[in-house]
Amino acid sequence: MTPRVRRFAVPLLTASLLALATACGGGGGTGSGTSAQPGEKIKLTIGLFGDFGFKPLYEEYKKTHPNIEIVENVTQFNDHHNNLVKRLATNAGAGDVEAVEVGYISTFTAQPGKFVDLKQYGLDKRQGEYLDWKWQQGLSKDGQQVLGLGTDVGGLAMCYRKDLFEKAGLPSARDEVAALWPTWEKYIETGKKFAAADVPGAKFVDSPGEIFRAIVNQAPVGLYDAQDTVIAGTNPDVKKAWDLSNQITLEGLSAKLAAFSPPWNTGFAKGSFATVICPAWMTGYIQEQAKDASGKWDIATVPGGSGNSGGSHLLVPKQSKHPKEAAELVNFLTSKENQAKVFKEEGTFPSIPSLYDDPSIQNFTKPFFGDAPIGKIYSEAARSLKPQHLGPREGDVRVVIGDGLGRVEQGKQTPDQAWAQVLEDLKKIK
Amino acid sequence: MSALPLSVPGRRGRRGLRHTLDTKVSPYAYVAPFFLLFCAFGLFPLAYTAWVSLHEWTLLSDEHTFVGAENFRTLLTDPYFWNATFNTLSIGVLSTVPQLVLAIWLAHLLNRRLRFQTLFRVSLLLPNVTSVVAVVVIFSQLFGRDYGLINWVLSWFGAGAVDWAAGTASSHVALSVMIMWRWTGYNALIFLAAMQAVPRELYEAATLDGASTLTQLRRITIPMIRPTIIFVVIVSTIGAMQIIAEPLLFGASSGAGGGAASGGPDRQYQTLALFVYEQGFTKFDFGYASAASWLMFLAVVVVAGINFLITRRVKGGVL
Repeated sequence: MTPRVRRFAVPLLTASLLALATACGGGGGTGSGTSAQPGEKIKLTIGLFGDFGFKPLYEEYKKTHPNIEIVENVTQFNDHHNNLVKRLATNAGAGDVEAVEVGYISTFTAQPGKFVDLKQYGLDKRQGEYLDWKWQQGLSKDGQQVLGLGTDVGGLAMCYRKDLFEKAGLPSARDEVAALWPTWEKYIETGKKFAAADVPGAKFVDSPGEIFRAIVNQAPVGLYDAQDTVIAGTNPDVKKAWDLSNQITLEGLSAKLAAFSPPWNTGFAKGSFATVICPAWMTGYIQEQAKDASGKWDIATVPGGSGNSGGSHLLVPKQSKHPKEAAELVNFLTSKENQAKVFKEEGTFPSIPSLYDDPSIQNFTKPFFGDAPIGKIYSEAARSLKPQHLGPREGDVRVVIGDGLGRVEQGKQTPDQAWAQVLEDLKKIK
Repeated sequence: MSALPLSVPGRRGRRGLRHTLDTKVSPYAYVAPFFLLFCAFGLFPLAYTAWVSLHEWTLLSDEHTFVGAENFRTLLTDPYFWNATFNTLSIGVLSTVPQLVLAIWLAHLLNRRLRFQTLFRVSLLLPNVTSVVAVVVIFSQLFGRDYGLINWVLSWFGAGAVDWAAGTASSHVALSVMIMWRWTGYNALIFLAAMQAVPRELYEAATLDGASTLTQLRRITIPMIRPTIIFVVIVSTIGAMQIIAEPLLFGASSGAGGGAASGGPDRQYQTLALFVYEQGFTKFDFGYASAASWLMFLAVVVVAGINFLITRRVKGGVL
């Protein structure tokens, strides 16, 4: 293929894929459910977005299941979930186990026919172990089928750079810092003080996007109501989150680094921002990105009360050829002991509340975060969580609002203009 | 009435028939593989896309309702579609015009006796061989707002940091540079091939008459390679109308924010192909995406046609 042809062929290929994808869309699930003969080699693929810290667990699993080979496919967050939708619709290409983030879980539990009911393999017995709301999120819409088992929850906290706080003349001990911001308004006040001190090369916030998400998640009702109607345009709590997020931008507190982009990663390494919203899983991320900043980061409570941001479930698509083995693997990866192990390695926090009182979790600290008692902080955050109903197109709604925040951040629109456009865009989400 | 063709003896007739069949039919058999592939991967998707575009058709539901031209009607009043059309044309002009001028100039420079001729020619093609992902990732870093090389150089001249991905014009310039980087050398080689077919005597005569190299380029080279210019303009136009990889990856690696396929929060660099991708593969609205693909197809035909008419008129001395 000459490069010229390739340039021509990409859209063509897209078009044919488009056609193919839809052409195959009509077929029903074909989960054959044939279980393997003992001793037969079985390859299980597991689709993840980012590092779940499962790798040591696979090794362990192989010891007790020598015939199972586990292959991990890691793709980017958005790609992972979009691809999963396509693969389910075309009944081809999905893994034996697929991770789904909480923002997308309702999209998939609305299609129970595409997934294996884990009840078949007796996994409904695990209900008692889980946080109730986490368990409910993994059920089909009618509550009859168990589609996914929870891995972690993203109880909220706020990570901050001690050294930058000191430079700005702010208190840096975690209790004092927590006392600075009981509310988001106070958080912004603190930010203004930080900005006034003019610490070179550092802003107070990375970007308002994740803060918006956190504030919304703290409200009793978020972007959807219980009937799965998008109420983001009318919910006063959402508007409040919008206003606060834009205030951060307009006060010049934001480093304008979109979360999870490469410049954001650079920002971690260079210390371009002093605070970042910190669900439990973020701690692993920070440690990965800010390798040189060991001991400089610390963790305080989040303004505005507890909330959940992120966390995942593991599901078994019906197209899996080895649903029984896949379900067993899901059971293993989400087991109490393994959730505790993964937390200590990666920072993703367990969704099994009996662990929260476990001394090995309660007393767990991390030197990277200045020996902050992260076990204790996140247990408290997770325990006081009020679950929020999430709708089927949660991700799309968030993109629409995120674009609006971005337009304000880039100085393209005033918050009011941006909000008007957000309302228009929300109408298009069916 | 003559009975000539009717009374052909049996044996000769059969052989004649076989011969006729061979000459008449087998050429079709020889070209059939191409047409079968073309039908399966070219014509069928085109027709099927048209069929899908008449439906409310999403990947999330198995029901496909026939809605007639509704998708097209919505599309024509969708400001985001027109925004994408504008961006496509803007990036297309910004990348194609300087690219072709530069390519002709480069080809002209190489169209003489040089040391290391092959080395130069091969190096022209190198950017084209590099993967588009690598190109965009590297250029996104060069065009970075905080730590980008380009802003660093600009700062020597006292210019403030440019947020390349945020602005409409600046993002179009950044994307055009990436496209030019990949395709200028490639086009230069095509021009060079055409230039080598121009008879040397013309240049010798022109040199004797005292014409400068620039005059020779304008008066001899360009008129002589006109068919090639037309070809390159048409193919580049079609390519420019279909730009998708650059803006898609630029969005992911520049940190401008926005949805995966929004082309920036203000859709400042969302091209038509990216718009189609957004509708089809992130919103799964295949009916709408198919309608957009068809309009895009028509737009490509129209723009390529206009460019054909313009370049056909290019005579010597225009440049």
